[in-house]
Amino acid sequence: MTTANAEMISLFDKRIISRAALDSFAKLNPVTLARNPVIFVTEVVAVMTSAVGVEDLFTGRPTAFPIVIALWLWLTVLFATFAEAVAEGRGRARAESMKRARSDTMAKLILDPRERNIFKPTPAPDLRKGDLVLVESGDIMPSDGEIIEGIASVNESAITGESAPVVREAGGDRSAVTGGTQVVSDWLVVRITANPGATFLDRMIALVEGAERRKTPNEIALNILLAGLTLIFLLAVVTLVGFGSYSQTNFSIPVLAALLVCLIPTTIGGLLSAIGIAGMDRLIRFNVVATSGRAVEAAGDVDALLLDKTGTITFGNRMASGFYPVAGVPERALAEACAIASLGDDTPEGRSIIALARDRYQISPATPPDAQFIAFSANTRMSGLDFAGQQYRKGAVDSVLKTYGLTADAAFDEAVNRIGRAGSTPLAVTANGRLLGVIELKDIVKPGIRDRFAALRQMGIRTVMVTGDNRVTAAAIAAEAGVDDFIAEATPQDKLDYIRKVQADGRLVAMCGDGTNDAPALAQADVGVAMQTGTQAAREAGNMVDLDSDPTKLIEIVEIGKQLLITRGALTTFSIANDISKYFAILPAIFVATYPQLEALNIMRLKTPESAILSAVIFNALIIVVLVPLALRGVQFRPIGAAALLRRNLLIYGVGGIVAPFIGIKAIDMVLGAFHIFS
Amino acid sequence: MTMQGMLYIALVFALVLGCAFPMGSYMAAIFEGRVTYLGPVENGFYKLAGVDPKRQMRWTDYAVTLLLLSLIHFLLLYAILRLQYYLPMNPLHITGMSPRLAFNTAASFTTNTNWQAYSPESQISNGAQVFGLVVHMFISAAAGISVAAAVMRAFTTGGMQTLGNFYVDLTRITLYLLLPVTIIAATLLVVAGAPQTFVQTLTAHTLDAGSQTIAIGPVAFQEAIKEFGTNGGGFFNANSAHPFENPNAWTNLLENWLDLVIGFGLPIAFGIMLKDKAQGRALMFAMAIILALGCVGTYAAEAGGNPLHIAAGVSATDGNMEGKDVRFGIPASTTFNVSATGTSTGAVDSFTDSYMPLGGAIPLFLMQLGEVTPGGVGSGFYTIIVFALLSVFVAGLMVGRTPEYLGKKVQAKEVKLAMLGVLILTIFILVGAGFSLMTKSGLGSLANAGPHGLTEMLYAWSSATENNGSAFAGVSADTPLLDYGLGSAMLFGRFAFLIPILAIAGSLAAKPKLSTSAGTFPTTGPLFIGLLIGVIIILGGLQYLPADTLGPLADQYLLAAGKTF
Repeated sequence: MTTANAEMISLFDKRIISRAALDSFAKLNPVTLARNPVIFVTEVVAVMTSAVGVEDLFTGRPTAFPIVIALWLWLTVLFATFAEAVAEGRGRARAESMKRARSDTMAKLILDPRERNIFKPTPAPDLRKGDLVLVESGDIMPSDGEIIEGIASVNESAITGESAPVVREAGGDRSAVTGGTQVVSDWLVVRITANPGATFLDRMIALVEGAERRKTPNEIALNILLAGLTLIFLLAVVTLVGFGSYSQTNFSIPVLAALLVCLIPTTIGGLLSAIGIAGMDRLIRFNVVATSGRAVEAAGDVDALLLDKTGTITFGNRMASGFYPVAGVPERALAEACAIASLGDDTPEGRSIIALARDRYQISPATPPDAQFIAFSANTRMSGLDFAGQQYRKGAVDSVLKTYGLTADAAFDEAVNRIGRAGSTPLAVTANGRLLGVIELKDIVKPGIRDRFAALRQMGIRTVMVTGDNRVTAAAIAAEAGVDDFIAEATPQDKLDYIRKVQADGRLVAMCGDGTNDAPALAQADVGVAMQTGTQAAREAGNMVDLDSDPTKLIEIVEIGKQLLITRGALTTFSIANDISKYFAILPAIFVATYPQLEALNIMRLKTPESAILSAVIFNALIIVVLVPLALRGVQFRPIGAAALLRRNLLIYGVGGIVAPFIGIKAIDMVLGAFHIFS
Repeated sequence: MTMQGMLYIALVFALVLGCAFPMGSYMAAIFEGRVTYLGPVENGFYKLAGVDPKRQMRWTDYAVTLLLLSLIHFLLLYAILRLQYYLPMNPLHITGMSPRLAFNTAASFTTNTNWQAYSPESQISNGAQVFGLVVHMFISAAAGISVAAAVMRAFTTGGMQTLGNFYVDLTRITLYLLLPVTIIAATLLVVAGAPQTFVQTLTAHTLDAGSQTIAIGPVAFQEAIKEFGTNGGGFFNANSAHPFENPNAWTNLLENWLDLVIGFGLPIAFGIMLKDKAQGRALMFAMAIILALGCVGTYAAEAGGNPLHIAAGVSATDGNMEGKDVRFGIPASTTFNVSATGTSTGAVDSFTDSYMPLGGAIPLFLMQLGEVTPGGVGSGFYTIIVFALLSVFVAGLMVGRTPEYLGKKVQAKEVKLAMLGVLILTIFILVGAGFSLMTKSGLGSLANAGPHGLTEMLYAWSSATENNGSAFAGVSADTPLLDYGLGSAMLFGRFAFLIPILAIAGSLAAKPKLSTSAGTFPTTGPLFIGLLIGVIIILGGLQYLPADTLGPLADQYLLAAGKTF
């Protein structure tokens, strides 16, 4: 991708990291931190432990241990806020490049719709929905709008990063314009469709910066789980005071704080919002803007993809794939006639016929000097070339036969029928009124698309091809591309009905579309990706906009959605599984003074109780930093089916989550021991 | 450990799991209204009570009806216990219970806990046993199974507003499931020698020409429902260690079977109602694996014997027989007790207090896990559903979809309610035990010092909160602190847990049922079973580990070092 927004931002960009380091301190504000219950509790106990450390300074008790524990608890909080700050920083860096496009231009406000040349210069931020403005060559589009008059080429690179200008005109599916783009030729009269601050660009910047980030439904649910776990472990730790007093054990605040922070899910608590921001960021790197995080989550859940045949599944242009002569005509002669008939034909189909003749038969006739091109018309449904009294024609089979009063032979009929059954289009070819044979024009399925659909099927996602073709043609292409279902002769209403039917079975549907008549289906679909080149109506109806207007991206969008959810699940599992080993580090350490026999539970053979507790706390803090890159990059999604994926991830993050801290805590303890710290 | 011992455990599991399948399909038929052989009787009850059996209840109606019924029965039982002196069938003229003991006992039997702070022989009349306690043994069991049935229905289809009719469920479960099996089992117990009579005492003449008064009564019937409804309240203080309750090794096996069979049958019934039997089997196997580990673990701990005895050279090779009946031996005793704590029965045929500390830790831990192995009748099922929802929620994301269980999306509301349930259990167990140990009254109830005493208190609160009713023995439970405290723990552990579950069921029932695909999180097979077990242990048990370490674990290590309490 060669777009401005898509520029790769290094995971450890220096500017972002240094800014994030500062931000992570600002985020310590307990009022804002309270949104994250796990880290908030960590901060509270960090304060308490610090207080104990300070108190000990004055009372002359040994103070090193509480101070060091407090330090690491603070670091735990800082690492968590840092992770969020880095994720936000990456978004902000992208937003900067977009903000440059939002220059505060002067708009030409038209007061009387009939007199477009009489306008009042008005600052863009003063424009309101419904105002009419004139935008002329060289002007920056002041806001989002709908063209009501004129045709112009527009450079949309500020939004899409694509520098080639596109044509925008009143009426039809190309009438939407976006604020920040530039008219490079001609003029347009535009009706403003967004109030200041609500334009597409504004929304995009807000989304990318994370300012408008609301917690997504699954994130909210996960937060509840984490808050619940925090409460449960808080109970376990607080009630230890009771059990301890019975057992003649007094636990100090730093020890209880260390136990609590190690048990509550700080890892996922610290990384959760970074994961969410990074998910949106990944989507933007693909040049897709989701209007909400909810849409990204829904993308992971999609069960069915509605894909337009043309442009997504096939290249969109029919291409010649074979010449089939009638009896008595050599194949080469037919190929030559086909090439001649297409000499003046500049359509992709015509060019493909010439290319096939050249590539397969080494025939490349030159255009005769007096040649006259006969263009295709809806009446004749033929095109061809006249020169030196000769007439070469190619066209729809029935029209050609009727025009020249020809009767087809068996070979011709058979070829035509076979081509039709295969979903291709037959073109009859004549020279001077004599039927020579038939050209097969084939809808070429994109290479590799079949494998992608197979991969989607493995993920449990059905693909549905939508096409205006008749059933026979549609069925043939569907079979070739390997889609699960197709809608032939599709009208917008058919699409809508199909989506409703699939949803009624309890499935989620994603689709993409660009036209105004796609809007109802886009709105009905659970994930509706509108093309940036599409109409304003389509863009409003969908919950994502694809800036590249590439319908195949629907597949990547689904993968990004899944990746986001997998990352969240993997780190949650990892975080919770960590608790087992932390128990083995801390419990013997805090009870061993009372019951020396419990040293037997110290299976990691950690040197001293202090060193054991400190090692667990250090591990707990460092693991957040270690996992930041994973949270930002996301756990890789593999289309191997849910059962295999679960087995794999459960092994890595579940079993790994049980084992890793045993190794980590032991290693930290050995390092502490080497420096004779608390040992 | 001996081969015979392991074979005994295998035999119990084979009998129970083998019967769980027919029992499950029979229960599914009851829940779906396909069992009607007592139709006229059933309809007679509805007419008598003015209940419209066709009326479907929303989860709120279902919960309110259940709560009201429980409240009425609670008050009735309280009245019976207070007034038993004036009521019939009290030839020994046993006086009414004190208010706090009556509260505790009424709470205990309303909640299917059957914690016995009273001494049956001297503090309750036969009349109160039969018309007070035994009635509750049926009703509380049927209520638990009804809730399980309501939860099952929530998963069967989508877009449902109702969960069934509580009165109908309660009536059918009592009529078609609890009564017939109890009658058959009681008959078998009578054949084996258990008494079933309205005579309250026998006088026996001893060899040295003295005379002995032996308590007796309608034991067999109570014994049968005590096990089958996972109640646990024995006719006698000695519970199933008493030869009248449990005459021989055969009845011991029968009672053990009765204890477990509904619990393991319910997930099977669930699979049938879902028309996806593998789902039910997965839940059943997760329950069975944890219980099997518990049975083998406790057996190993007891068969290993007491190191102090071994060191002193007094121990025979047959392990720790203290507190166990020689009629049963170690494996039959440990399997019985572990089964009774894995279910919420709480019956004992040997005394957990006399087990090795580790042998006692396992029943304690099984209770703390939330009673899901297979748990109390009904309650074990709906609790494991909570864990299944949490498992799917935590790990389900790892397949790249927002979590769903059996086609129902698990969202914030369900997670909130599930965590609320887990939290309530945690509060009562940990705060209750921790606080009691800081009070003079609490310390006064303990029979032993040190970690063993801590275990006694922790066991009592775990048993009450999880509605088990098993007593570690040793604790003097009839004190104001424990009567009121444990009584509240039982009520909250039952109803404050059950209402969120019904709310979850109501919420899930209304959601559309999503169809499955290759991308759906698989909730059958070894992988899910392993995950579910892991989540039960981590989310259900980890919070109790610090306390358990100071209790039975410390006890075990101290014992190994030669220190006892």
